[in-house]
Amino acid sequence: MLLLQCPHCLEGRSEEEFDYAGEAHIQRPAPGVTDAEWADYLYFRSNPQGRHREMWVHTAGCRRYFNVVRDTVSYDVLAVYPIGEREPLVGKPPP
Amino acid sequence: MERYSLFGLLKHALHHHEDWPRAWRDAEPRSSYDVVVVGGGGHGLATAYYLAKVHGITDVAVVEKGWLGGGNTGRNTTIVRSNYLRDEAARLYDFALELWPDLSRELNFNVMFSPRGVLNLGHTLQEMRDIERRVNANRLNGIDGEVLGPAELEARVPLLNCSPDARYPVLGASWQPRGGVARHDAVAWGYARAADALGVDLIQQTPVTGIRVEGKHVAGVETARGFIAARKVACVVAGHSGVLAAMAGLRLPIESRPLQALVSEPLKPCLDTVVMSNAVHCYISQADKGDLVIGAGADAYTGYGQRGSFHIIEHSLAAVCELFPAFSRVRMNRQWGGIVDICPDACPIIGKTPVGGLYFNCGWGTGGFKSTPGSGYVFADTIAHDRPHPLAAPFALSRFERGALIDEHGAAGVAH
Repeated sequence: MLLLQCPHCLEGRSEEEFDYAGEAHIQRPAPGVTDAEWADYLYFRSNPQGRHREMWVHTAGCRRYFNVVRDTVSYDVLAVYPIGEREPLVGKPPP
Repeated sequence: MERYSLFGLLKHALHHHEDWPRAWRDAEPRSSYDVVVVGGGGHGLATAYYLAKVHGITDVAVVEKGWLGGGNTGRNTTIVRSNYLRDEAARLYDFALELWPDLSRELNFNVMFSPRGVLNLGHTLQEMRDIERRVNANRLNGIDGEVLGPAELEARVPLLNCSPDARYPVLGASWQPRGGVARHDAVAWGYARAADALGVDLIQQTPVTGIRVEGKHVAGVETARGFIAARKVACVVAGHSGVLAAMAGLRLPIESRPLQALVSEPLKPCLDTVVMSNAVHCYISQADKGDLVIGAGADAYTGYGQRGSFHIIEHSLAAVCELFPAFSRVRMNRQWGGIVDICPDACPIIGKTPVGGLYFNCGWGTGGFKSTPGSGYVFADTIAHDRPHPLAAPFALSRFERGALIDEHGAAGVAH
């Protein structure tokens, strides 16, 4: 069971209040990309064993999105930060 | 390999069963092989077996980081069925299902396949429409299926709460009589023993740490016990596929998550079929030794911890108690998680990669066990001929670029 700190409500709550919203920092490509680039944007994910940047939404609270850096092996939440900001430099960076 | 038989049983009884030979050799890795299969689970072992048996390629090693069948092969709920909606998926899963009844004889190892039928419950009008559609699609594809009403269900599964005022009213179910369960460990062991007998080296406790690519072709794998050269490398590592793909500089459309299951204390026989419910998210059967085998859901987020979140099993067990009120006081013995590799369309990826001689068989997600024989068969064929087996062709990695996804989410009666 994860405990997440919602950066909007400023309260720590258990994961049941939240929904996972997928990998973070995925940029929509400009028009005119190849099929391969479009497929990569739509479907391909980094799925790392370790440090992962992801989005969550506080469904049962403020219903707003935020970013999380989490270790996918230890499940430690390394950082929580608002959408649109760069991730804080915590944990081992992805290779 | 000593064939298992009634005569052998009697012969070894004379020596108090103390002189049975090992089921397979503990092979030392050689410096090179024709084919290296990474991953010693059911699918990997089946691949090695069919490479040797059907294609005569016996210079094969299976490299496994832990012990054989210790990953998802030993962590699933052993359900076997083929009632998938889409034509491509239906053909692939039914090809696998057709291999099950003869598997014990073929491998000379009792995999305890028990075609006791599989029920997928419908709790809402929309679910019943989906079930009718799927059963009709199945029958058009030659797959057995029937839609049962509440009265037939009540007769077939007396412990199921079919009363109209139930928390989750049961309006009906799809019924696939040829489906059932098998003993998961025996499947891995049977394939391992049969592959070993054909000359395949099974190398356990040897993690692969890198995939060596020279030019645009694979050269072999780096392991904890040194480099092993190979003409072809076949990766069948389920939840860790993304990690292996990254070693070869590839990305996959897969997210890995823990899927949980649990077993109860042993009970007297009380449930002689498999009951799955998509809407309330649980599936349940009774193992031959009496324990209830209960499948729960997968975590919603990426993770490699083989445990999963508690609220997932809480949700599934609450549903089990509503569907089977008699089970409310059954105690659970063990709980675990397996890392499943989930594709955006809930279908596997089987076939070639942009790296020559490197093949992937992954993305089976929450439903890989049932297809173990078929998956191994078509993958071995794909590797041997360096082109997709006709049944595997629609499941190529390139389908994501072509937009030719095979959407089996929910449609298959998959409980996820």
